[in-house]
Amino acid sequence: MEWMSWTLPTALFFSGIAIILIGMTAWQIVSPSIERRGFIPLETTRGDRLFIGLLSSAFIHLAFVALTNADLAVATALCVIWMVILMRWG
Amino acid sequence: MQTKVENNKAWFLVMPVFLIVAFSAIIPLMTVVNYSVQDIFDPYTRYFVGTEWFKQVMLDSRLHEALLRQFIYSFTILAIEVPLGICVALMMPTKGRGASLALILVAIPLLIPWNVVGTIWQIFGRADIGLFGAFMAEIGVDYNYASNTTDAWLTVILMDVWHWTPLVALLCYSGLRAIPEVYYQAARIDQASRWAVFRHIQLPKLTNVLIIGVLLRFMDSFMIYTEPFVLTGGGPGSSTTFLSQSLVQQAIGQFDIGPAAAFSLVYFLIILLVCWVFYTTIMNMQKDK
Amino acid sequence: MTQATTTQHNRSKSILTEQAPVVSIADRKAKNATLRGRIGLIVYVVLLLLPIYWLVNMSFKTNTEILSGLSFFPQDFTFANYAKIFGDPTWYMGYVNSIFYVSMNMVISLVVALPAAYAFSRYKFVGDKHMFFWLLSNRMAPPAVFLLPFFQLYSSVGLFDTHIAVALAHCLFNVPLAVWILEGFMSGVPREIDETAYIDGYTFPRFFVKIFIPLIRSGIGVTAFFCFMFSWVELLLARTLTSVEAKPIAAIMTRTVSASGMDWGLLAAAGVLTILPGMLVIYFVRNHVAKGFALGRV
Repeated sequence: MEWMSWTLPTALFFSGIAIILIGMTAWQIVSPSIERRGFIPLETTRGDRLFIGLLSSAFIHLAFVALTNADLAVATALCVIWMVILMRWG
Repeated sequence: MQTKVENNKAWFLVMPVFLIVAFSAIIPLMTVVNYSVQDIFDPYTRYFVGTEWFKQVMLDSRLHEALLRQFIYSFTILAIEVPLGICVALMMPTKGRGASLALILVAIPLLIPWNVVGTIWQIFGRADIGLFGAFMAEIGVDYNYASNTTDAWLTVILMDVWHWTPLVALLCYSGLRAIPEVYYQAARIDQASRWAVFRHIQLPKLTNVLIIGVLLRFMDSFMIYTEPFVLTGGGPGSSTTFLSQSLVQQAIGQFDIGPAAAFSLVYFLIILLVCWVFYTTIMNMQKDK
Repeated sequence: MTQATTTQHNRSKSILTEQAPVVSIADRKAKNATLRGRIGLIVYVVLLLLPIYWLVNMSFKTNTEILSGLSFFPQDFTFANYAKIFGDPTWYMGYVNSIFYVSMNMVISLVVALPAAYAFSRYKFVGDKHMFFWLLSNRMAPPAVFLLPFFQLYSSVGLFDTHIAVALAHCLFNVPLAVWILEGFMSGVPREIDETAYIDGYTFPRFFVKIFIPLIRSGIGVTAFFCFMFSWVELLLARTLTSVEAKPIAAIMTRTVSASGMDWGLLAAAGVLTILPGMLVIYFVRNHVAKGFALGRV
């Protein structure tokens, strides 16, 4: 495993993703999601919205890193709010 | 469309695929993420640098140029290959021995290893030993793909058109074969012009295969590496250095692991976005039917 | 709408009254169009084959002849370039290596993709759509992105420079492709067949092997063809994961560059030999390939 060069932040990041995926699977089994239409012009399930949220968050972070010198925590906070909006009304 | 049965045991059938692809996809992806936040000299001497590489890569003008070049290249070949592919498909015979023969002949370039495709054009385009290069010299064009940027671009695009138009043509050809003969008979009775037949009968049937053709061509041209590498080596200068090549140069050539990994991730995210847009479009179109 | 119908009606009426001459004109037009199409196709195919013809032409020439000027046929016809390849194990083993890992990849891809494609075509399960998308995104991912970790991953598990390493690495794009093509073929098989078989007391594995696989034989042929094709033409990963023992022919070809200049004749001969297996394979599946493309799942 040494060659993979793990660091604490990346390990936490991947654990976070894994926990989200397991949580979403469990949620899906307990109460199956039904496709619906929110402010995104597509019929989406919870999983679709999660994917859209994660991908757009990645791009938000990239733009933040490229364009500003501010602390990345600001971008992360913005993304969390964005994810919540997306999951609830997307 | 048949309704599918709900059954989570189906996961056992998918498991082998998941494991085998995950081995080659997820572990390397995780490693790339790890590399991208560190300055690595060797596995034991490495420092956490946060998002420094990302900032460097996002502001790197070489990356911007390679990305711009990549888009120009991908859209140019799409603009040539799609119409040309449709034309070829329309000309291919639909029945008999001729159909088989045409199919095999048109498919040949697809089966040639990519470095050999590069080699073929490397030879073909040289003025001293290649037919194309000699022909250009004969008609008085000063053509040299190794030293002139325009010529290098022309050759790389010509090579891609030669190599990949058959894929578009074969996709369209099979789309055309799915049109029932009755449609054409109706058109004949209506005295429909050739153009009208194409516009109202053939083109609608082709939409589906064309979207997939465009997706495949866009994605594959977006990761093109071997052919231009063999043909021009990315030159002259860096005029034909596309994304993959610039990445390999950085990772293997200069051994800048950290920045190369950050570059990889940005590249990967772009691919993922484009892939998702196309996939959603295709799936929605199939749903509408 | 009504107007359109009336015009159409009038038109068909006019055709009925003077049918004979109209049809013959249309026929002649159609014949001309077909003829023009044939000529266009022939021109296209000739242009397509020209670079390949040039390669073949060169492979039968000596280097002196190649460099001394252009000729459409070898003046000094020679098999020396081919003899050199077949006489030197470091050369011909390249072909053996390539064919070996390509076949391994084909078998692995098919074996794992068959049950998975069945699952995708018949069942709904948690995360099925996302799984499918994830698989496809791997077909689209550029190998260059994974190059460095690939090298280290396969070194760390002790598979570097083996055929299986290349075969497994090529699974990254071939397995998703195989699942995608096979799913298309399987969806075309009516579900009633499965149900009847289960009622008749077939267990799943027996049904799958005895009944289902023979039904989608042409689909498997087409899938194998595409797996072969994409594994055969790939170089970047194959070159990165091998050094001596499993080195593919494509990597060996770079040896023609030496201090004394390029050995063009040898390079051309090696290139011609890489085209042959592909042509052989497409000849065998020629009648099914169109169907594989028809699903639009390449």
